[in-house]
Amino acid sequence: MADDTKAAIRAFIIENFLFGDDNHPLPDDMSLIDNDLVDSTGILELVGYIEKEFGFKVEDREIVPANLDSIARILAYVDSKRAV
Amino acid sequence: MCAVAGYFGKGVAPAEAGALLARMTRTLSHRGPDDSGIHVDGEAGLAHRRLSIVGLADGHQPMSDPSDNLVISYNGEIFNYVELRSELISKGRRFRTQSDTEVILHLYDEKGLDCLHDLNGDFAFALWDARRRRMVLARDRVGVRPLFHTQRGDTLFFASEIKALLTVPGIEASLDPFALDQIFTLWAPLAPRTAFQGISELPPGHLMIVEDGRIEQRAWWQQTYPDASDMRPRSDAVEELRALLDDATRIRLRADVPVGSYLSGGLDSSFVSALAARARPERLRTFSLSFDSNEHDESEWQAMMASTLGVEHTTTRCAAGDISRLFPSVIRHVERPILRTAPAPLAKLSALVRDSGIKAVLTGEGADELFAGYDIFREAKLRRFCGRQPSSKFRPLLFQRLYPYLPGLQRQSPEYLARFFGAGDDRIDDPLYSHRPRFRSTSAAKLFFSPELKRELGDYDATAELTSMLPSDFSRWHPLHQAQYLETTFLLPGYILSAQGDRVMMANSIEGRFPFLDPRVIDFAAGLSPDMKLHGLSEKHILKQAAKDLVPEAIIQRPKQPYRAPDSQAFAATPPDYLGEALSEEAIAKGGFFNSAAVEKLKNKVLHQETASFRDDTAFVGVVSTQLWLDTFSAKAD
Repeated sequence: MADDTKAAIRAFIIENFLFGDDNHPLPDDMSLIDNDLVDSTGILELVGYIEKEFGFKVEDREIVPANLDSIARILAYVDSKRAV
Repeated sequence: MCAVAGYFGKGVAPAEAGALLARMTRTLSHRGPDDSGIHVDGEAGLAHRRLSIVGLADGHQPMSDPSDNLVISYNGEIFNYVELRSELISKGRRFRTQSDTEVILHLYDEKGLDCLHDLNGDFAFALWDARRRRMVLARDRVGVRPLFHTQRGDTLFFASEIKALLTVPGIEASLDPFALDQIFTLWAPLAPRTAFQGISELPPGHLMIVEDGRIEQRAWWQQTYPDASDMRPRSDAVEELRALLDDATRIRLRADVPVGSYLSGGLDSSFVSALAARARPERLRTFSLSFDSNEHDESEWQAMMASTLGVEHTTTRCAAGDISRLFPSVIRHVERPILRTAPAPLAKLSALVRDSGIKAVLTGEGADELFAGYDIFREAKLRRFCGRQPSSKFRPLLFQRLYPYLPGLQRQSPEYLARFFGAGDDRIDDPLYSHRPRFRSTSAAKLFFSPELKRELGDYDATAELTSMLPSDFSRWHPLHQAQYLETTFLLPGYILSAQGDRVMMANSIEGRFPFLDPRVIDFAAGLSPDMKLHGLSEKHILKQAAKDLVPEAIIQRPKQPYRAPDSQAFAATPPDYLGEALSEEAIAKGGFFNSAAVEKLKNKVLHQETASFRDDTAFVGVVSTQLWLDTFSAKAD
């Protein structure tokens, strides 16, 4: 399950922020901001994707780098929301 | 306003000179539709296209002095030519014309190259000094008027626009990959580099002397600021600024044809229009752009100012379809890839001015650079403020107030806002501190560069090259002045005055005149303490005070709205016919500068979804303009 989720998140990032370039380095803990993969609009794209893909609402207070700034953090955040 | 072209060297056979010069200037007829001329003297050739504005009957160029020893081909206006002419006459000089061109000839004869310091105006000229057999090229302080040059063998060729140089046999267009990297980082190539490999720009405030087989290029003027420790408050500054702007506007109304004024709805053009309306006896004509989209449109404010002044006001509405339709023509005129569509509506505006029978317009350009009007100045101050207390949950929220027109920022948490703007992360002693977030966000579009281009660029860093070009006293200036220097010295000539200024105005034979860029105003503004410009987070503080009683308080106090135009939305709304071909896999592969698979996904995202980010917009406009550049210029070499 976690592997499927991580693969889906990774695929979304490659498709939307790397425009299909799967040769681009993308370790699980790589910061999306520090590596210029997302800007403020990109974060909202990511939030829209999570809400649609995983079926829960992302609260404004949850839109923080601690939850969304890498594949690993997104995965942990999605898992925590599912556990509620 | 006009066009200059010419050469110096043995590479042009005398029998070919006339045809070559005619061919060069034919490409520049939009800059000077009223008259043309050539002058050949051995190894030197000068050509000119004229837009007649001052000295209508007797301003033919190239112009010689009575002895025929000095010949000039000149593009621009010397606004203090009346005073200079009087001084020269009092010294016994005799004039044959009423033109400002002849003033330069006499002044050069009197003072040599030092004459440049006396000129209050916008100019680029080539002056042939037959006595010394030397060619002098010179360009105004801040780079209002363009001048480009290249060499073939030992012969120097020069022209107001690069397209004229491309008519010289053996000179071909090839996109400079390092210029492309600079554009995709800094928005503009770093002069003298241009988008064309092997073709250079004479940098603003520079002159070039070609004599005895040697070429010497040097700065004759440089922007500077006082040391941070050497700034004193001034009690009479508001009155002095008002008087300076009054006179700067007055002398920019000098012309033998009517001069109009742009009216954007903001403080700067409103102030200039108000001063112009007061200075001239007949009714001023003003011109504006309006947009379909509310986020770009300022019609309400333009109407308010026009009504206040009682001017004859004309507006042209720019639809998304206009932008995409005009874009190829804009690229042909600006002669380089660009990252924003903003020049296109300005080309439509200058067409309106031309169709209204006006040849010259005043604008408010320069005020944002000189008096700290741009958001980037406030942003840098705010980043420093946040950096002093990185754990604050309140301070980063101020970024949302700074950019109310960017909806993507309004939902962000303080943590994200701080990260986006590098608050607390960037080194405050970095000379480019103020501009790092902009350079980072722009550079993100290089994701679309092809692997071949990335390999060629290697570890090249455009920001490092920019840093290497900063003057030695830069570190002693106040941080605001450092940021102002970067805007005034690089982006103003490299993008604002060229892509959004001269090139899209001259595309329709319109001359722009910029009172804020009067050298007296530039010097005055540089000497002001930072607090008089950026007061807290209030931009253009002293200018707002100086504009009182001339500009409605509602316009003075309205939040700053930077001039913007729809970018990728303009193409999505009405995809132009050329887009499919320009972005086809074949065309992208042929150009070799971008990754065709990534561009295809970008195109689909931008044209079919509603989520284009800043990076997507930048990349899309950058890729489209690069492909159009290749199609317009380098295809000629095929």
